[in-house]
Amino acid sequence: MSQSHNRGLIEDFGRWREFRAGMWAWIFHKFTGWVLVGYLFTHIAVLSTAIPASGQETAVLQAGDDVYTQTIVTLEELLLVRILEVGLLAVAVFHILNGTRLLFIDLGVGLESQDKSFYASLILTGLITVASVPTFLAGAF
Amino acid sequence: MSTQVPQQTDETDAETEPDAAEEPSKGDLRREKKAERAAEREREAEAAENAAAGGNTRELKVFRFDPEIEGKQEPRFDEFHVPFEKGMTVLDALIYARDTYDSSLTFRHSCRQAVCGSDAMFVNGQQRLACKTQLSELSEPVRVEPLPHADVRKDLVVDMEHFYDQMDAVEPFFDADELPEDELAEQRQSRQNREKVKMSTRCIWCGACMSSCNIAAGDNQYLGPAALNKAYRFAMDDREGEARKQERLEIIEQEHGVWRCQTQFSCTEVCPKDIPLTEHIQELKREAVKNNLKFW
Repeated sequence: MSQSHNRGLIEDFGRWREFRAGMWAWIFHKFTGWVLVGYLFTHIAVLSTAIPASGQETAVLQAGDDVYTQTIVTLEELLLVRILEVGLLAVAVFHILNGTRLLFIDLGVGLESQDKSFYASLILTGLITVASVPTFLAGAF
Repeated sequence: MSTQVPQQTDETDAETEPDAAEEPSKGDLRREKKAERAAEREREAEAAENAAAGGNTRELKVFRFDPEIEGKQEPRFDEFHVPFEKGMTVLDALIYARDTYDSSLTFRHSCRQAVCGSDAMFVNGQQRLACKTQLSELSEPVRVEPLPHADVRKDLVVDMEHFYDQMDAVEPFFDADELPEDELAEQRQSRQNREKVKMSTRCIWCGACMSSCNIAAGDNQYLGPAALNKAYRFAMDDREGEARKQERLEIIEQEHGVWRCQTQFSCTEVCPKDIPLTEHIQELKREAVKNNLKFW
């Protein structure tokens, strides 16, 4: 019997130009999900500095010289962190909106307009992100 | 290089009748007709060539691969320029290319009217039925490839064995718990129930959905959209009865069954019969949940 030509799986993402709405929604949902998981760990790491800080003197705490306050202040001084925060908001908002979309899909509601709801969640994410920029970047420059 | 076999010389040259009668014999008449037909074919070919020269052609890039022929073991794309006619489908163009340029060009086709499901291919980046895709709707060059996520046997022919296995796995046949007393009695279905399964009965087993599914590509055990749709068709049929439905639900709610679907809607987008596959799979999911969570 003839052997066959297996084109493998590697070509798949090479076809990204041909992906439709549902596929993009899935990819973005996975991506934002992993970003949020990653953020969760950094978030825990930063907040954990509050544990040694709680043991410090009251005077130090009031002066804002403790580890926790110093960590937060240092991070917030960085422009990169401010920009990342905008990105984090975008990621979270998309994950929430698309998650709601998936919920409706699981309930069997509006499956015919699944592409439109994806575009709507994208646009809404964009609007909310743009609106959040002044808040996040205030005093960064 | 071409793998085409050189064409046989016309039979008329080979045989000549020994006795030349005054009246034209039946053989002569036959030969005359044959010559006429040959001339007509030539005229047709010329017309096609003229059309080609006139620029009203479509360019096709067709995937070629044949493990048994030395020059074709490395996959490549061949270009064909096919004279365009109004209403021409991708399948028509392929047939023209095969009959005119390269008889070794291999693809499956049968009914040419989107019923048999033989000619699902990957045309311009999407799984489509070649016989149902108008050339005029595609941008040039038209790229024709075999279905992705399936083993290619030759040119545009892929191995469908796995797809058929998955279809068989859901036991795709009507099997009622109770048969009527009289063997010949009709087993009637309510109009509402018929309406519910109507779209799912339209599957032509072309395999386009299975090929488009990202999950099926990564998980060979996943039943896939076509098989799950088939399962839906029978699980939702009221005539089969509770016991059979339980058995069917057990098949679809197994680990590699309905839960693998990630609602990417790829299958629904490519289905040439417009079956709402994702909707059916989602309904089966809900059915499976209801079956396992009973609060009464």
